[in-house]
Amino acid sequence: MSDGKVVKVALIGNPNTGKTSLFNRLTGLKQKVGNYPGITVEKKQGFCKLNETVKAEITDLPGTYSINPTSLDETLVLDTLLNEENETFPDVIVVVVDVENIKRNLLLFTQLKDLKIPTILVINMVDQMKRKGINIDVPKFEERLHTKVVLASARKKIGVEELKSAILNYKELDTTPVSKISTKIDKDFFTKLKSALPEFPLYKSWLLITQNQEFDFLTDTQKKLVTKFREDVVCIRRYQHKETIFRYKVINDILKDSFNVDASKATNLRGILDRILTHKIFGYVIFALILLFIFQGIFNWASYPMDIIDGAFADLSAWTKSVMAPGTFTNLIAEGILPGIGGIIIFIPQIAILFTFISILEETGYMSRVVFLMDKIMRKFGMSGKSVIPLISGTACAIPAIMAARNINNWKERLITILVVPFTTCSARLPVYAILIALVIPNKPILGFLNLQGLTMMVMYLIGFTAAIASSMLLHKVLKVESKSFFVIEMPNYKIPSIKNIFYEVVEKTKAFIFGAGKIILALSIVLWFLASNGPAKFKNAEATIKAQTENTSISKEVFQKKVASYKLEHSYIGYMGKTIEPVIAPMGYDWKIGIAIISSFAAREVFVGALATIYNVDSDDGDNATIKQRMAAEINPKTGESMFNFSTGVSLLLFYAFAMQCVGTLAIVKRETNSWKWPILQLVGMGILAYISAAAAYLILS
Amino acid sequence: MFGTIAGLQIGEKAFIEKLCLENIPLKLLEMGCLPGIEVELIQRAPMHDPLYIKVNGSHLAIRKETAEKIIVSK
Repeated sequence: MSDGKVVKVALIGNPNTGKTSLFNRLTGLKQKVGNYPGITVEKKQGFCKLNETVKAEITDLPGTYSINPTSLDETLVLDTLLNEENETFPDVIVVVVDVENIKRNLLLFTQLKDLKIPTILVINMVDQMKRKGINIDVPKFEERLHTKVVLASARKKIGVEELKSAILNYKELDTTPVSKISTKIDKDFFTKLKSALPEFPLYKSWLLITQNQEFDFLTDTQKKLVTKFREDVVCIRRYQHKETIFRYKVINDILKDSFNVDASKATNLRGILDRILTHKIFGYVIFALILLFIFQGIFNWASYPMDIIDGAFADLSAWTKSVMAPGTFTNLIAEGILPGIGGIIIFIPQIAILFTFISILEETGYMSRVVFLMDKIMRKFGMSGKSVIPLISGTACAIPAIMAARNINNWKERLITILVVPFTTCSARLPVYAILIALVIPNKPILGFLNLQGLTMMVMYLIGFTAAIASSMLLHKVLKVESKSFFVIEMPNYKIPSIKNIFYEVVEKTKAFIFGAGKIILALSIVLWFLASNGPAKFKNAEATIKAQTENTSISKEVFQKKVASYKLEHSYIGYMGKTIEPVIAPMGYDWKIGIAIISSFAAREVFVGALATIYNVDSDDGDNATIKQRMAAEINPKTGESMFNFSTGVSLLLFYAFAMQCVGTLAIVKRETNSWKWPILQLVGMGILAYISAAAAYLILS
Repeated sequence: MFGTIAGLQIGEKAFIEKLCLENIPLKLLEMGCLPGIEVELIQRAPMHDPLYIKVNGSHLAIRKETAEKIIVSK
């Protein structure tokens, strides 16, 4: 085996078996995340050196309990293993099982083994065996399962070298199936199947006829045969049940004489923790406290790195301008690209902190208890207990949150979750809220210990959450989507989280944000920069016009420059756009300047602040909110003669930003995840109407 | 005495007699809910739904509507 080639390895296992730990252990940082062609599930791959000449290309397939898929992620496992032309079709399958849950884990193993692909069985978390009183007769296991068994503990780095050498020698593995399902279910049926599709292993043919999906790799003749076999749905379902019962019988037989557990070693820590964490009162109290702690953490800890990033990018822009020759190209970099990148990176601290918390909750096993606690409540709103994770994630960024909705099996519940997540108050709304609240809400104590401005911020969170819940109730009633509902989740044992796994998880989620939203934010920033720095004739004559206007007054060069900049913006393409939409946004109390800020913030909501700074010709590079705030406070509404940013406009803007679907990145991800333009358009229009009506109503009532 | 999983008391054990095959997802069987197997109700979520059960060495949460379709004998 020294032909210098790459061995393709598929890593498969139930969720919570430490499969990801093993993947991280084998590949280290040599990982790449790509997309499977045509579908939206991410493909996690990594490389591992087996010896001097041979490398393994390891694909970490999504966790699944069975080869029969029930969710998008699981479909992928089946696709990878059935299509031999697939570029990830494995030379060898590595099945990871948890030593404590070996019976159920072996079901998947016996299914995979019947595909006649070389298969290695990794029994993981063996460091727990002694403590749990578990005993395995490995040679007997290997003999009965016709496979190589590796005892491993990915976290303790046990068995990794043994696994590598087993992968290297995969050609020596026995490919005999473990369970001959055909004879036990219906011999005649399977004989017919075998003779119809003699080119495939029998179990592969069986899988082809039991699934509802199309398999593109089949020839037309094969497709016809498969369709014909699929006709008798009831019979196939009955056989599938029989198959599962039979497989468990085989597994029990094998386990009976090669695996035993000393029951006296069992501890009841799990039971005690379960009773507290899922208690009908304490359960919710603990969950609420954890949420509070997480939000507190995001607010307090993220602000330091965010300030540093903000300052660094402002300095970088200023520095670029000072060292490069003045001109369009310099401006493109200093005013378009750099602020665009800065606008992406500024969110990383909050997103990273939130996903650190979420992955800790998932790694420990606590998240399953939350799903259990919340399922009944969430179902009243047409969602599932599993929707809690996307909804919490949405407070950082809707993009990874919407991707987290994938493990909701029920399509309607998943769709509603995807549609309402953008209502939760994401981090991009915070700078907008912060400046508006500072402007229109008095900074005074209330009830002795609360601050009115802080309270308003809390109310904004509540408004977002209420909007999500209310719209999900509406969608639950209105949406007529066919979906078979069922809900089975595993309640895994409690575990100490692994720092390594958390780190990789956070890196992955942050990447999803950077490449999902980032690309679009950057591209749109550049387009907006172009629209703001170019314009028709009046724009080009800006300097001459201002010069003529100020001929008889003595103003400093700086003031002159600012006047030019302001005049240019007014007569730029984006300025004309702002003026065009002015009649439409007037009922909400906005003028064309705010119109520009709203159009600009379609890239990301926080651009609102920067756009206003430019419009009000405040030097935004110093990043000092006080100056922007003072300038905004001094802005007079020419129609009323009152302050432009008074209480009514302020509240109207707050509501507009709470409800409007102002994020192109989210729209793109919804399109990707739902595979249709219908749903992002529904979001854009529905949320837009709600934002418009509530903002206009607030303005009308308050002014 | 026959009943369904939904009718068990917390901590009570019973044997699965029959699953209504038409309404029970294959996944439940695959996760270990099989006829003849002992099942224990560990916990009920507030509002009595979903149910937290232990079956065949697996700890699972299933909704009440599913639990009502699994016949058990005590």
